[in-house]
Amino acid sequence: MPSERAAEFTINHVQVLDREGNVDEELDPDLSEERLLELYRGMKRARRLDERAIALQRRGESGTIAPALGQEAAQVGSAVALAEDDWMVPSFRENAAYLARGTPPHALLWYAMGMEEGAEIPDGQNDLPPSIAVGSQAIHAAGLGWAQAIKGEEHATIGYFGDGATSEGDVYEGMNCAGVYDAHTVFFCQNNQYAISVPREKQTRAETIAQKAIAAGITGVQVDGNDVLGVHRVVEEALEMARKGEPVLVEAMTYRQSMHTTADDPSVYREREEEEGWEERDPIDRFETYLEGRGILDDETREEIEEAIEEELAEAVERAQEGREEIDPAEMFDHVFSELPPELESQRAAFGGEENGE
Amino acid sequence: MANELRMVEAVRTALGEELARDESVVVYGQDVAVNGGVFRATQGLVEGYPDRVYDAPVAESGIVGLGVGLAAHGMRPVAEIQFSGFMHQAYHQLQQHAARLRSRSRGSYECPMTIRSPYGGGIRALEHHSESFEAGYAHTPGLKVVVPSTPADTKGLLTSSIRDPDPVVFLEPTRLYRAFREPVPEDDHTVPLGEARVVEEGDDITVVAWGAMVREATRAAERVDASVEVIDPRTIFPLDSETILESVRKTGRCVVVHEAPQTAGMAAEIIARINDEALYYLEAPVERVTGYDVPFPLFAREEEYLPDEDRVAAGIERALSA
Repeated sequence: MPSERAAEFTINHVQVLDREGNVDEELDPDLSEERLLELYRGMKRARRLDERAIALQRRGESGTIAPALGQEAAQVGSAVALAEDDWMVPSFRENAAYLARGTPPHALLWYAMGMEEGAEIPDGQNDLPPSIAVGSQAIHAAGLGWAQAIKGEEHATIGYFGDGATSEGDVYEGMNCAGVYDAHTVFFCQNNQYAISVPREKQTRAETIAQKAIAAGITGVQVDGNDVLGVHRVVEEALEMARKGEPVLVEAMTYRQSMHTTADDPSVYREREEEEGWEERDPIDRFETYLEGRGILDDETREEIEEAIEEELAEAVERAQEGREEIDPAEMFDHVFSELPPELESQRAAFGGEENGE
Repeated sequence: MANELRMVEAVRTALGEELARDESVVVYGQDVAVNGGVFRATQGLVEGYPDRVYDAPVAESGIVGLGVGLAAHGMRPVAEIQFSGFMHQAYHQLQQHAARLRSRSRGSYECPMTIRSPYGGGIRALEHHSESFEAGYAHTPGLKVVVPSTPADTKGLLTSSIRDPDPVVFLEPTRLYRAFREPVPEDDHTVPLGEARVVEEGDDITVVAWGAMVREATRAAERVDASVEVIDPRTIFPLDSETILESVRKTGRCVVVHEAPQTAGMAAEIIARINDEALYYLEAPVERVTGYDVPFPLFAREEEYLPDEDRVAAGIERALSA
């Protein structure tokens, strides 16, 4: 057998803010106080929204939801790095990213309550609706990034998926096609360690997920996903590369602190000890320590932020609950095609008739 | 003005004209650029539009999924899937995403994508190259499904499909690509989606057929001792029921012909609509002449599988004598 090496690669791991809240001066993205507080507020808001949504689900007011507790740094740190004209392609666990992009919380609750109205995209916001089929949306991110390349834009697209999704062929097809077409795409994998019950080690024999980029010929990098400054920095750099037609895969090492969805019970497949270990690395706590250390956050500011979030969420819950009353089931016919084909027209008429007891 | 074109040339003409007309049109698929497509349907296009005609990796899911992203960002993707049997590797992207982008986003985004694919049997191809899955696409809410049967219709329907704001699965009967020439209008030629064509007028019996089956139906119609009305729906969804129903109300008899397997095929749907809207005009049960409920056979047996002029004529005779 020939002994020459055909290719070599390494995967870098980035961490800016360590578990104790100390910052690596060399890697510090040097964000303004305003931006730092935006990150903090974004993470707090997302966590509270998830907690409220879980409570609503437990009360029977909402359907199954997929909480992102513990993944706030990965989502907020990356979404905030996007420019307004950039695109975001989420999976089904991106409430924190949606919020950071400007989707109002009541819309996310509507969707959780089973109302499609919640998936309507606010004007001027370049986000796709959630994709439930695991990994399938990675290709849409490649397509959007390709469109940006064809149009000669200086914008980029971020596509979210989890560690389990990288076992799906679509994620590879997305990265491979993006590489071929110089797509302006950042593939952002939130490695939250579990695909429902299957731990990351049993998902793939690959040492890292970031190295899956190598096969597609694009750049792969790993970042501490519970370090909001690290995520922000890595994604900003990745977006810069993507804008020049160099797609990037970012693997954010994080942990899903609660269940896969509200229909799941993690105690069946993981130990409490492991969960506690990750709670010590909580992204919000770590960032709080850092902000306090720098004198950007004190008790008063924190209380103000928390109160504002509670107030906003209370209104959002109320609005979502009210919205439920106004729902018109006949609307399910209205957005299937640009114009109602005759088949649907007659079905809609028959549906209306039945509804009216005719 | 009209040029005498074969169906495959009509495809190329429509693509070329739409690339010229609309800067957002992007043509891509496996081997479509340098090689001009394995059936030459895209031959030469890359020379005129090097920035909008692309070879794609061998990735059917990727090809359809990319189109969803392109469409969401204002492009008009026209993708080729090399053989329709391989559309199944992209079916989840069609069903879960292309077909639902509009409804999922409550109309915020649309998916004006055309997915072209050669389809149907009769060219002695390998396994998975000859299937007819039109009923499956028609059963997927959000997709339009088009099957041309002549070169002129091919140009007109493909042009309309590319301009349509919704995703269209455009199935090109492989066997007809080079079967014959006919005059194809040179100017801006569109055929509206959802309108059937009355191929032959007649009074005694209606035969509904699409794709390569239109020719079998027309030949069978010439053989039988009856006045046969042949209707080509051209669009499988939305289906022009009215033209079919009107014809059946006139003739009182009907045969539906398709290459696809019989069970849950489009013939079943058409017969159900006739039962709903024209039952009392019927003088005989509606006949079906279709493929069998078996995997499409390898080429040594495909002629036995495919409905032909003889089987269609026999179907017409059965309906006439009932």
